[in-house]
Amino acid sequence: MKKSVFVGVLALAGASAGVAAAGTLDDVKARGTLNCGVVTGLVGFGAPDANGEWQGFDVAMCRALAAAVLGDPTAIQFVPTTGKTRFTALSSGEIDVLARNTTWTFSRDVDLKFDFIGVNYYDGQGFMVPKELGVTSAKDLNGATICVQTGTTTELNLADYFRKNNISYDPVPIETNAEGQQQYLAGACDAYTTDMSGLASNRATFESPGDHVLLPEIISKEPLSPLVRHGDNEWADVVRWTLNALIAAEEAGITSANIGELSAQAGDAPEINRILGTEGNLGEQLGLSADWAKNAIMAGGNYGEIFEKNIGEASPIGLARGLNAQWTDGGLLYAPPFR
Amino acid sequence: MSDTHAQSVAFVRDTEIPASPPPVAQTGAVRWMRENLFSTWVNALLTVAALYAIYLIGVAILPWLINGVWTTPSLTACREVLQGKVGGCFSVLTERWNQLLFGFTYPSDQYWRPGIAFLLLFAAAAPVMFFKLPRKLLIITALYPFVAYYLIWGGTILTPVFALLGFVAGYAAYARLVKGSFALGIFAAVAVAALTWWIGGMITDAVAPAQPWLEEVPSRDMGGFMLNMILGVTCLSLSIPLGILLALGRQSNLPLIKAVCVVFIEFIRGVPLITLLFVANVVLAYFLPPGTSFDLILRVIIMITLFASAYIAEVIRGGLAALPKGQYEAGDSLGLDYPQAMRLIILPQALKISIPGIVNIAVGLFKDTTLVSVISMFDLVGMIRGPILASAEWNGVYWELFGFAALLFFVVCYGISKYSQWLERQLSTGHR
Amino acid sequence: MTTYTDPEKGGFHVSQLLSDTRYRAITFQVIVFILLSLVLWRLGSNLVTNLRTAGLTFSFGFLADTAGYDVGQTLIPYSSQSSNWQAAKVGILNTLLVAVLGCITATIFGVTAGVLRLSKNWIVSRLMAAYVEAFRNVPVLIWILIIYAIMTVSLPAPSAFRGETPDSTMLAGLFAFTNRGIYIPAPIWNAGSGIVAGVFVLSIAAVFAYRAYAKKQLFDSGRLLPMGWPSLLILFVPTIAAFFLLGRPVGLDIPALRGFNFAGGIKIGAPLIALWFALSIYTGAFIAENVRAGIQAVSQGQTEAAAALGLRPGRIMSLVILPQAMRVIIPPLISQYLNLTKNSSLAIAVGYADITATLGGITLNQTGRAIECVLLLMLFYLAISLTISGLMNIYNNSVRLKER
Repeated sequence: MKKSVFVGVLALAGASAGVAAAGTLDDVKARGTLNCGVVTGLVGFGAPDANGEWQGFDVAMCRALAAAVLGDPTAIQFVPTTGKTRFTALSSGEIDVLARNTTWTFSRDVDLKFDFIGVNYYDGQGFMVPKELGVTSAKDLNGATICVQTGTTTELNLADYFRKNNISYDPVPIETNAEGQQQYLAGACDAYTTDMSGLASNRATFESPGDHVLLPEIISKEPLSPLVRHGDNEWADVVRWTLNALIAAEEAGITSANIGELSAQAGDAPEINRILGTEGNLGEQLGLSADWAKNAIMAGGNYGEIFEKNIGEASPIGLARGLNAQWTDGGLLYAPPFR
Repeated sequence: MSDTHAQSVAFVRDTEIPASPPPVAQTGAVRWMRENLFSTWVNALLTVAALYAIYLIGVAILPWLINGVWTTPSLTACREVLQGKVGGCFSVLTERWNQLLFGFTYPSDQYWRPGIAFLLLFAAAAPVMFFKLPRKLLIITALYPFVAYYLIWGGTILTPVFALLGFVAGYAAYARLVKGSFALGIFAAVAVAALTWWIGGMITDAVAPAQPWLEEVPSRDMGGFMLNMILGVTCLSLSIPLGILLALGRQSNLPLIKAVCVVFIEFIRGVPLITLLFVANVVLAYFLPPGTSFDLILRVIIMITLFASAYIAEVIRGGLAALPKGQYEAGDSLGLDYPQAMRLIILPQALKISIPGIVNIAVGLFKDTTLVSVISMFDLVGMIRGPILASAEWNGVYWELFGFAALLFFVVCYGISKYSQWLERQLSTGHR
Repeated sequence: MTTYTDPEKGGFHVSQLLSDTRYRAITFQVIVFILLSLVLWRLGSNLVTNLRTAGLTFSFGFLADTAGYDVGQTLIPYSSQSSNWQAAKVGILNTLLVAVLGCITATIFGVTAGVLRLSKNWIVSRLMAAYVEAFRNVPVLIWILIIYAIMTVSLPAPSAFRGETPDSTMLAGLFAFTNRGIYIPAPIWNAGSGIVAGVFVLSIAAVFAYRAYAKKQLFDSGRLLPMGWPSLLILFVPTIAAFFLLGRPVGLDIPALRGFNFAGGIKIGAPLIALWFALSIYTGAFIAENVRAGIQAVSQGQTEAAAALGLRPGRIMSLVILPQAMRVIIPPLISQYLNLTKNSSLAIAVGYADITATLGGITLNQTGRAIECVLLLMLFYLAISLTISGLMNIYNNSVRLKER
């Protein structure tokens, strides 16, 4: 009775009272949509396009997950989060997974009680400066004014780096990437620091990207990873293996072009068969349908395709694969075997 | 006139002299200027300074307005059209007007729904704002929340219908029982309404069609100026009843109730709204039963409502205090009990004197809805600071966007405050 | 409430709890108390459960940890190695700084606009009305953002001051207006500067003494001594004389472009200026309305009486109208100050390091201690509000006593 009154009142005020109990996987299935926390706007990683459709590398991860769990890559509620709200949104159950270029650190993993499910992008913090400034190294930035997003690891790395090199700087704290861009372009700061990928993404949206250079120093390791609440291992497994499926698919040569053919019947490559569910019962073990990985890959292609489409060299962002190439190509991506 | 007279005096004027025009310095524009602009040298100095200020503002703004470009797809294209001239790129408004008004996720083929809800708002507000209209029109006001909810959120029509039924049933129960005891009436009303909602909720769950007439739009898709309007109107209408209760509680002679109300009001008034929004955003979830989570927009509505209700309570308390003591004593001497005296004698008068104050709070509340942009909600200001300024096409357009936002708010708030001034004049002629 | 029901003799009925006025009050309070305790207990137990499920604890230990981040504008020594508590103190001082500066300028704007709005000069009064309406009816957040945008976009970057023929030059060679802030010269205190300062303090005392003497002359003999220029003379001549006699002991540290930024002098950061200016011009519009209402509350007869005594318009305003209007103006003025202080929490929109930005922003983000940080933040604002409204109550009481 009491609860129904509560629910009634909520419905009246235009609420949708969702219940997120211990089993996130069951909740997502019951709800029929995945609540995915994304960045408020970082072109290439997660930003609404002119039609209001969310696009980007992290967004594609959400879509693959929704496809794997619900069979529908559009059954997603995107929740834009800032550096401040992202962790509370996750720990309070407002979102099921946070895919928002978040760095995997010890304290976030251990102290804040989250599970990082695996690195989907190896990044590092860098600096962008206008070319006309004539700066060639971050060590030349003594006394410079630097824009930095608050609530991020970049803020701490920046303080550490300048202290270590015994040079001073003047921080301009900003809330969102959009603001940082504006401040930087207006010349209110000499340099803008964030992850290299973010810098490239920003530079791509500038009127004349050639007037800005990225400094060679990479002052930190930033393994970016989607994360879920600590303690819900079934859900963490689903997210982790969806990511692994995307990576393994690239390694095994499964693309969105040939996936229909490959999944039609069991072929002669056992790993591909296991991933695509034509052999074994990996999907069932995860609590998903047999074609979960097929759906995930169909959503936006394998890891390589997602990368190329959103942030790769052909896209406006123009990032090279670098560390994010398959281990067979000299990169760090190495999906555990599907068996 | 006699002849003798005509000879003894050389000249006699036999017609009136036509009134000669006053000196140039005492007529028309010149006189007005002398009196109003240059009466003393200090005044003259002030006039010159004011004219110079107006000139500066005009020089800064006029070319920008006149050379404005309205039809380019991006800032770069706009700057090409302008070719270095001073001019506004108003094309950002023509390009993105829908995002500014409705947010970027509200389905664009459904814009007519909030549009109609907005127009109906005037019909609903009119009977409350103008006392001379027939009282029967208040029915429109009472129905409006349900209609507006259905129009904006869509989904099954059963939800607002049952919500309305709950209120109707509750009122019926109250009307039957209030003659016996006010408390009994209230309790019965709450119980009956809750029962109706519970049954209604079950029926809705059971028979809700998969394809409702109006497509359902989740709260998260609300944005732009529409979000400011929703927050402003909802929070104001919810906070008035709450504010009345708090004001009565603060005046009450039951020590416990008084203490609770005083602590609540002083606490809310002592902290900035933004900290309450932080609570809604990052803290409230910890105080809810494990596993429940509800919309950010609803959490924000709750917090802004609590915030506004504390301020409204103070205004109404002023109204209660301004009533002559005789009114309270008259109620007592008629043998009315507390609820009756309040309902029939005190509150109608106290609320009447409080209306201008409440309208001022309403303006402040409406302006404060922009603060939700700080907690990453895409209201009008949030849309500008976030998606629009971050987009590659419109990176660097400030004045046009902020000017547009300021203009929208100015129109609404100035309108309301003009209404408030008019109302004050209306009320001051009446008896107090 | 009086009642003339005879005391019940035949024992006690449960229905009396609702119908008998002697018990009803108690019944209601007990019900409210039980409901309130239930709600609070429910919230508390939810909090405990949620924290336990999330594996978090409630403690303020994080305040002693290293903050790890840098802050642009600080009034007290602070580095990234300081504690979170030190960062919070930086924020508190910055909040108080902008609040005090804002209150002063808002009063200046408000009183000027309020008085001028009642001026007989048509253009000036219209201009002031336009100012008041424009600023009152647009959200302060939009004004802060607009003024910040004006600062960052319209003012030149420090690099514009560089080179042989720079695009921008410093004002009088002393002040630099850049989009990162305004640089003003800072005084350097050399040996002997204490004497100059001492002379200046003595001059201030002398000005007061002269004014008291002039007033006494006016009351005793009716002779009106000039006030303006002798005061200025007394104030500045001895100090300037001492300054040169002692061989210019007080120097100026003039800001100069070094590297990326101006160095030397005092920097007033762009966020501070934007916030300060926006808050004071916004609040000034409200104060103008209060001042206008206060002045209009003084009856017309007072003006006429003063005019009949032969006072000039300026003196009527300053000697007769304003002192009486003050009683009406000050209470709403204080609540405007309170609003300004609370609105200064919008600093977060422009990156000014006030308490909301340090404790409620970066510290909260970096430590994830949302409940503790927001709680401390609210307590801080609550303390300020209660202090100011306590002072206001004292003032109101004192004024009310004088009135009777």
